[in-house]
Amino acid sequence: MSGSMNRSVINHWSPENQRRAAAILASYPEDRSAVMPLLYLASREHRYVTEDAMKEVAALVGIAAAQVRSVASFYTMYKREPVGDYLISVCTSISCHLLGGDQVLAAAFSAAGVGNGETTEDGKISVERAECIGACGGAPAVQVNYELIEGITPDKIAALVAWLNDTQPNVVLTDEMQQLFGGQRSFDWGPTESVGASSAVPAFGPYGSASEGQ
Amino acid sequence: MTTRILTTRMEEHPSDSNSMARYLDTGGYATLRHALASLSPEQVASEVKASNLRGRGGAGFPMGVKWGFLADSDPKYLVINADESEPGTFKDRQLLERDPHQLVEGIVLSSFALGIHRAFIYIRGEYPKAARRVQQAIEEAFEAGYLGADICGSGFSLDVSIHLGGGAYICGEETALLNSLEGRRGEPRLKPPFPAVAGLYSRPTIVNNVESLSNVPWIVANGGTAYSSIGPERSAGTRMFSLSGHVKKPGNYEIVMGMSWRDLIYGIGGGIRDGNELKTWIPGGASAPWLVPEHLDTPLTIDDVTALGTMLGSGAVVVMDQTTDVVAAAHSIVRFFAHESCGQCTPCREGTRWLQDILERILDGSGRPSDIDLLLDVSDNISPGLTWPPAMTTICPLGPSATAPIVSITKYFLDEVKAKIDGFEVAVG
Repeated sequence: MSGSMNRSVINHWSPENQRRAAAILASYPEDRSAVMPLLYLASREHRYVTEDAMKEVAALVGIAAAQVRSVASFYTMYKREPVGDYLISVCTSISCHLLGGDQVLAAAFSAAGVGNGETTEDGKISVERAECIGACGGAPAVQVNYELIEGITPDKIAALVAWLNDTQPNVVLTDEMQQLFGGQRSFDWGPTESVGASSAVPAFGPYGSASEGQ
Repeated sequence: MTTRILTTRMEEHPSDSNSMARYLDTGGYATLRHALASLSPEQVASEVKASNLRGRGGAGFPMGVKWGFLADSDPKYLVINADESEPGTFKDRQLLERDPHQLVEGIVLSSFALGIHRAFIYIRGEYPKAARRVQQAIEEAFEAGYLGADICGSGFSLDVSIHLGGGAYICGEETALLNSLEGRRGEPRLKPPFPAVAGLYSRPTIVNNVESLSNVPWIVANGGTAYSSIGPERSAGTRMFSLSGHVKKPGNYEIVMGMSWRDLIYGIGGGIRDGNELKTWIPGGASAPWLVPEHLDTPLTIDDVTALGTMLGSGAVVVMDQTTDVVAAAHSIVRFFAHESCGQCTPCREGTRWLQDILERILDGSGRPSDIDLLLDVSDNISPGLTWPPAMTTICPLGPSATAPIVSITKYFLDEVKAKIDGFEVAVG
């Protein structure tokens, strides 16, 4: 319950992220529910879920660091090792598998020069095999920092890796990447967005999404 | 008779179906205003019960009956399951991104019916765009007075917020989802107690799927009996099907149940790509045992599909043509379940990994003649008897789901599996 938290542990966070942490904690009936959103926020602050990040989240919600660690280690999206500026997640679950997802994954490894879950030496790009990302009608599909591209090919993912290296966008936008590297979509996406991801944390308001040009 | 309930707005107004302006312009929130002014909570609940809508998340349990189990003790919660993760399924993503206000109105109506004042929308972490669109809809709804305190001057209040998942299929299981929402590992709980009695924070909780709740505005506006009269008995209403794999026209289709599989795959789906032959298909997500061409003329209803020893599940239809290596396809599905096993129950944690390893060595050319029996033996230890619906040695159905592709390939494609293993005498055609 509220009151047990120790906000001083995040005094070194950016003022914006401190404000977001307080808002997240206030939005739940019980503090412990804030563990997952706070882990995302800590990922933005530290670039990944560091040991310090888990201790800070534990202090904020009033539980043991080991309890936070048990949560962080359960979910694939909390990266407990440094991850690149651009995390490429390639789906090879059944619909993507049937339409060439495994070849797309092999092309991504080859273009980036890394293996599964690894990051390039310059810290720019990580590639991982992902399980179903809900884009089966536009298979095969990938995500860059969880922003979606549907209908990709081995050639196009090699071009995507080159584009990320060359242009190094501060924010990756799903509509722009779909336009450049995508094909068949699961459905009409509707209006284009100018908000995207600036790191390997889902670009969603309470954790901070980023606008183009930031 | 209306055949479109959920997708009318997004089809007619593709550029802005997600906006409040368009939602209001097309009659949105009129049902909520009417219900709050003129109907009792019991009347709203009785329309949903009369609709006979069976939950669209996969289990197919009647929504109104589930609501009837909610214990009458405050506080109680509504949790919206938007953790769509069953391989092949992408319908809820479309409903979230393209018509989020339809869901929000369904949430407010349902909360009013159930006397609930706090709702959480649990959206999988890999759906950030869906989360952004729903967040925008929530903010617009608060601004317009359709959420928050004293909604439309009725005295009824509701707070709604989004909780993003962390990348774990198992959180689509409702008790795992509740653990996750409490800030814990997403491990399913033993039932009973059911969430309706002891759910979020051990309080009475209703967990409903996105598609189920998105139907509620139409049901309340048109009446439950109007909804139940659409389509065959016990498969009432329209339903979103996610069509993917080797069809010419993949996508989400809102259809009235009762058509045949042939109508869906060859009519709506445009048939098989490249002029190829249909080999097999998954009728209801990766957890479902597969069907083969002899089943093409079976009606597409929940009960008819169950009678074939499989399920409509989440409405995900994955089509495979003659070029498909069924062992590789089964391996993709088994690897998924091995990766997503939460690890609580030994048969699932160990068994799914065994199944993956055995399929891997068959694919590598190192399969043994005993491997087919071994696959079935491991499967039998996860789901004794390999019957349908599956028997369980586990807390939740994830482990038994991993046996579906094993049962399917050994039942329909045994020669093809054998041909990948040295030591079998296989007739060469």
